[in-house]
Amino acid sequence: MSYLEYTVKSVPTGFRKILYLNWPLTILLASVAGVGFLMLYSVAGGSYMPWAEPQMERFGVGLVLMVLVGLVPIWFWRSVSSVAYGVSVMLLIAVELFGSIGMGAQRWIDLGFMRLQPSELMKVTLVMFLAAYYDWLPPAKKSRPFWVLIPVVIILVPTALVLGQPDLGTAILLLAAGGGLMFLAGVHWAYFAAVLAAGIGLIAAVFQSRGTPWQLIKDYQYRRIDTFLDPSSDPLGAGYHITQSKIALGSGGWTGRGFMQGTQSRLNFLPEKHTDFIFTTLAEEFGFVGGFSLLVLYTLIIFFCVVSAVNNRDRFSSLLILGLALNFFLFFSVNMSMVMGLAPVVGVPLPLVSYGGSAMLVLMLAFGFVQSAHIHRPR
Amino acid sequence: MKRTRADAEAGNRTISRRAAVLGGLQLAFVGGLAARMNFLQVDQADQFRLLAEDNRIKDSLIPPARGEVFDRNGVQLAKNVPSYRIIVKREDIGDVDEALERLGRVVRLDPDDLERAMIEMKRSAPFHPITVAENVSWEDISRVSVNAPALPGVTPEVGLSRIYPLGSDFAHVLGYVGPVSDYDLEQMEAPDQLLLIPRFQIGKVGIEAKQEDRLRGKAGVKREEVNATGRVMRELDRREGRPGADIQLTIDANLQNYVQARLGQESASAVVMDCETGDLVAIASAPSFDPNLFVRGISVANYKELTENIYRPLASKTVQGAYPPGSTFKMMTALAALEEGMAQPDETVYCPGYLEVADRRFHCWKRGGHGYVDLQNSLKQSCDVYYYDLALKVGIEKISAMAQRFGLGVRHDVPMSAISQGLTPTKDWKRRVHGQEWVIGDTVNASIGQGYMLASPLQLAVMTARIATGRNVTPRLVKSVDGIEEPSGAGESMGLNENNLRKMRRAMYDVVNDRRGTGYGSRIITEGMRMAGKSGTSQVRNITAAERARGVVNNNDLPWERRDHALFVSFAPMENPKYAVSVIVEHGGGGSSAAAPIARDVTLQALYGGPPPLDAYPSKDRGRIKAQQEELQAVRPLADLGGSDQA
Repeated sequence: MSYLEYTVKSVPTGFRKILYLNWPLTILLASVAGVGFLMLYSVAGGSYMPWAEPQMERFGVGLVLMVLVGLVPIWFWRSVSSVAYGVSVMLLIAVELFGSIGMGAQRWIDLGFMRLQPSELMKVTLVMFLAAYYDWLPPAKKSRPFWVLIPVVIILVPTALVLGQPDLGTAILLLAAGGGLMFLAGVHWAYFAAVLAAGIGLIAAVFQSRGTPWQLIKDYQYRRIDTFLDPSSDPLGAGYHITQSKIALGSGGWTGRGFMQGTQSRLNFLPEKHTDFIFTTLAEEFGFVGGFSLLVLYTLIIFFCVVSAVNNRDRFSSLLILGLALNFFLFFSVNMSMVMGLAPVVGVPLPLVSYGGSAMLVLMLAFGFVQSAHIHRPR
Repeated sequence: MKRTRADAEAGNRTISRRAAVLGGLQLAFVGGLAARMNFLQVDQADQFRLLAEDNRIKDSLIPPARGEVFDRNGVQLAKNVPSYRIIVKREDIGDVDEALERLGRVVRLDPDDLERAMIEMKRSAPFHPITVAENVSWEDISRVSVNAPALPGVTPEVGLSRIYPLGSDFAHVLGYVGPVSDYDLEQMEAPDQLLLIPRFQIGKVGIEAKQEDRLRGKAGVKREEVNATGRVMRELDRREGRPGADIQLTIDANLQNYVQARLGQESASAVVMDCETGDLVAIASAPSFDPNLFVRGISVANYKELTENIYRPLASKTVQGAYPPGSTFKMMTALAALEEGMAQPDETVYCPGYLEVADRRFHCWKRGGHGYVDLQNSLKQSCDVYYYDLALKVGIEKISAMAQRFGLGVRHDVPMSAISQGLTPTKDWKRRVHGQEWVIGDTVNASIGQGYMLASPLQLAVMTARIATGRNVTPRLVKSVDGIEEPSGAGESMGLNENNLRKMRRAMYDVVNDRRGTGYGSRIITEGMRMAGKSGTSQVRNITAAERARGVVNNNDLPWERRDHALFVSFAPMENPKYAVSVIVEHGGGGSSAAAPIARDVTLQALYGGPPPLDAYPSKDRGRIKAQQEELQAVRPLADLGGSDQA
């Protein structure tokens, strides 16, 4: 059921809309961001600089952004979704052409006040565009090969660009989010089974190709996989991250070593302690209780998104919320798997907690769409 | 596209169903994460906690200050002085080459040290301090300090280094310290962790080595928190060690200095022992060397010079040297015979200049012989035949046994290196070591301290002290440790017949004070300070019958290494013996001419506690002695040691 078939009378108007925000979700987001501030304050050795304060400012900006985006009717966002997707793809291509070098991969566009990472934006616009696509597509056609091929292309174009950066982590996230959305839209099971089988075949091929001229991924990516599989093989080299991260988590114990008492992070044994590995600091200082609490907060965010989506009779809104929630889930679950030694180190930050402007703003933008869908849901 | 309501409802149901499936999967994954978290943080917490502690805590040792060494009056003999190093930290100096060039303009830097520092710098973390210069003078350090603003990242640092202020005077007694070598570590069963500190110094020889356990002290421990790169963040705990014990020697630095100077560049040694307490007040071996050279690491050229010198400066001749004691041994032969009742002091023996034993002719040093001699005359004139005769009566076993009671052939317990046991031969010994039977000629030779008989200057001094006191005086080198007095070496009575001893001392008195005595030229004329002694001249070559027939070659005509050793033992004052002295001048010629004057000068110096008045010497010698005293004053590097900064 699409909003077009309803009158919009029952939808709140003007600034009254603020009252109709998804407040539980907003509070949860603020709580998680609060955890982030606390941890950034701690890893800086009890100082608001250099991380906690800018992060707070960005969250403030993000919050305003989320509300503003939320106030805009969801049908506007639906109509611009194809443009957004197109712009994102163009930006990815632009990065490929003019991007500055960062961390061995070209990923940024320097906007002056912030560095925009188009791949971050892509995660949101891809979901948006796919949601619009399935909103437009009559449900009867959704499993026909041609109509399945179109979203596959929509997914693969940005994925290929991101992979070329190269950013394996984001590429996998795009693939998973896109695939997830197709699954939610109701594409037939058989396609997913086939893709899964093909995926396994591809992984086998990746390993088989190692050392041959047609090697599929870069050497350093192989090394990451190696050290993931056996971190102890190189405890001071590439396996260092995983080993130290596990030590930090483990030494936290049940209740942790206390706020700002984490020796692993304070003494720099943890790599990227303010970005990708910030969860280890939390787990070290607040132990299992702290880590588990954050996990619960994240789960609740997903939960409220799903509740909002299921109760939304507008298909675009529903799919958009679920897709963005899946994105969010992939974000934190990949990051946590990584620091707990369950996945290779792929460079995915912990959403809302890790230090980083681009990711934070894009995330809040995404939740703006969720809010917009929530506010403007058909009543 | 036109859409029916039912169509839309169906679509939404699909979404909800699929959302439930995906949500379920997500929840399952979250459950998995929680389980993993639980596994790491709860089940394996202890193990990881240990690893985290391992990561951050670094224990390091604080080297203790080494104990210092003083003489009996508190003069410092071995001390720790600040040694200055120049340290740079790469992270603070900016451009390395430029910074070192700037430093090079302020102080002179050794190119080798610099090269080593550069290599070390490249290898280590930027905050790691690197030594670019060691043993830097105070002036250079001041210059670096003054220029500190222009030299960021360059810091002067103070460590402790060993120094021997009196240099060569105490080289053989104190020995020296040096960095621990791999060889040193192999020798030890469970080496102290301290020894693994780079450049840690331990005693190599002498007191430094023998009293290492007392001097070293105990290491402190510093527990520090380090970060991932190894930089020290803060000190968590500190347990101070215990500095090494200070050792006070029985030696009088002033006297030691005098003795060393008096021996000069001869290959000689002298021991001055307190007869009452056994204290070694001087124990000098010449020529000597500067132990400070070894502390810093001696150059190959210097070391070669020391090892190739035929006078063997590195040898500690007072304890290490084993010489045939020659006529200084005659007291032992005589006492053995007297104690056994085989001879009486008044009995005379006829000396025709030789004694025929088993078809061999054993000569007296005086070709014409001494005629009839009793104990006193025989010792005074050092008649050999008299002692041949006694030895034949009493036998080698008794003689050697007596010698051992007097400390010959016994390794004295003195904390110096390579202490010689000497040798008091017995029939059994010869059978065991040489696989030959003892012959009567061996006994004859042994009776005058030749043949197999060997003794060190220290042993001869002990022997003389025991003759002088009749007590088992034992040598003592360490007076006190950290102010706690070590046991005295005074000893109990030897249980010998006091009459025999008195006769022996009387005879030794005559050796020096009788006009016909061999040591008459070295007498002391001050009443109450009179000296008793015995000269010895030990052959280091065999005199063949043919040579004897031609006339024995005069010592001065022989190459140095074939000349006789000159020996003299003495004690003084006669009435109330205070100091026993032994002097050996290697290849010095006659004992009475080469060794006795040294013994006399040393004795006087000891008795007066400084330069003696000239009227202690016979009047005809005073001019020469005065000149000698002046010469020595000029030579002595540290004429006035003052003393008592401590004691």
